[in-house]
Amino acid sequence: MKYVIGIIQPAKLELVREALASLGVSGMTVGEVQGYGRQKGKSEIYRGAEYAVNFLPKVKLELAIDSDQADAVVKAIKEAAHTDKIGDGKIFVLDLVHAVRIRTGETGKAAL
Amino acid sequence: MTLQPVTKLLASLMLIGISGPALASEVGVHGVFILNSLLFLIGGFLVMFMAAGFCMLEAGLVRAKNTTTQLTKNIALFSLASVGYYLIGYNLMYPLGAWSVDGVLSALFPAIAVLEPVGVAAEAVDDLAYASTASDYFFQLMFCAATASIVSGTVAERIKLWPFLAFTFILTAFIYPLQASWKWGGGFLDAAGFLDFAGSSVVHSVGGWAALAGALILGPRLGKYKDGRVVPMPGANLPLATLGTFILWLGWFGFNGGSQLAMGSIGDVADVSRIFANTNAAAAMGAIVALVMTQLLYGKVDLTMVLNGALAGLVSITAEPLTPSLGMASLIGGVGGVIVVLAVPFLDKLKIDDVVGAIPVHLLAGIWGTIAVVLTNSDASLGTQLYGIIVIGLFAFIASALVWFVLDKALGIRVSEEDELAGLDNSELGMDSYPEFSTQS
Repeated sequence: MKYVIGIIQPAKLELVREALASLGVSGMTVGEVQGYGRQKGKSEIYRGAEYAVNFLPKVKLELAIDSDQADAVVKAIKEAAHTDKIGDGKIFVLDLVHAVRIRTGETGKAAL
Repeated sequence: MTLQPVTKLLASLMLIGISGPALASEVGVHGVFILNSLLFLIGGFLVMFMAAGFCMLEAGLVRAKNTTTQLTKNIALFSLASVGYYLIGYNLMYPLGAWSVDGVLSALFPAIAVLEPVGVAAEAVDDLAYASTASDYFFQLMFCAATASIVSGTVAERIKLWPFLAFTFILTAFIYPLQASWKWGGGFLDAAGFLDFAGSSVVHSVGGWAALAGALILGPRLGKYKDGRVVPMPGANLPLATLGTFILWLGWFGFNGGSQLAMGSIGDVADVSRIFANTNAAAAMGAIVALVMTQLLYGKVDLTMVLNGALAGLVSITAEPLTPSLGMASLIGGVGGVIVVLAVPFLDKLKIDDVVGAIPVHLLAGIWGTIAVVLTNSDASLGTQLYGIIVIGLFAFIASALVWFVLDKALGIRVSEEDELAGLDNSELGMDSYPEFSTQS
């Protein structure tokens, strides 16, 4: 099993969700987050004074999937969230050691 | 509404009107009295709503952690102004010709305001050629409260609640009415020929001077000026700030229009109408100038400056909203917009921290508006306008600074560093504006 974390542009969430749904991904968790990468945020002007916006709004999505699906899921997120501009985000893939479906008590792949 | 009932009303007003002096208009003496009183009541409740405008503008431009305090200050200051003006201010401002120091101090001071009795008869009213006393009192009180509202935005996010309210009471009971008596009470500035139709100086600059004195004694917010740089602290809610600006814009029709002080003749109604149209033109151009200037200067439009620009246009036209053409009104308002866009960063250079821009909008545009009277009103002279600006400015600034200083020594006007960082909603009230929302400030 793999655990995929995607940090993407908020406006791309719907496209990513559609792309993953068409792969048959059965669920995901998303949250609004803030962060920065190599660009260290951006600068704006408020009432005549420049200031740094250090943390930019992003959406973080998390999926637990079968290892066989990992490459396809990563590719789907990468293509759907891509704008070719700074700030498109990142995708991380982790090994997932255990999973439990709380309602039934199923574990492992059956819980995904 | 059909016109017929209005015609009938006016006809009956003429019938009951006693045959007055030659200056009585077609509607008769009673009709003039009634229409004037009506103008004050309508103008007055429009100006009252400006309190909501100030409140929303300020609530939008402070950070979320100070919102409840800002709202509290606004409703409290309005209420305290109502008491201060009742107890002392009204009779201090309107001596009705009775001076204990000629042209300077009302002989009616100190005395509370008294209304005409219930169901007063025409023969028993205070001034049959003018308007009901209560309508005049109500209208003038709203101006007094507006002066106090100006101050709260500048000193936001770091001032203690109670010392601020104490200042408000002194401002509305003494400082504002005393200097207003010099012009609108028939005092020495009026005698000198100083012109200020609805109060670019008497209301707006006075509020601005009081705010400036407060900002200087209070000092800037923590972290606002760091290592020679200005650190912006963006407001939490720009929809509220925009709503507040529109409310102020609406209220200004009552502010300037009502200041015609008469609506009982064709000429007066036409003048009130001119004032409405000119007031709108000035606000619009103030906003447009700020819109274009921020785009050109910074590469992006700054909404908060556009809001300030509209308000600066309104303040600019307030000293003379009647005589300009629509074109001149636009020009006068547009210069107000220029003043705001240039003055906001300039104040930051001086490290004067004005959270909502009340000093550029009310003080500086107020001075400009008072000078601009000479452009369209041949009765005004530049020397006399400057004389009025300087006299009012010196008095308002020094009196305000003294009060702030004494309050600071006696009570301390600033919250502790810890409280300021945590937010005044936490330290002053223990009550969040949006308790179920995020943890950002």
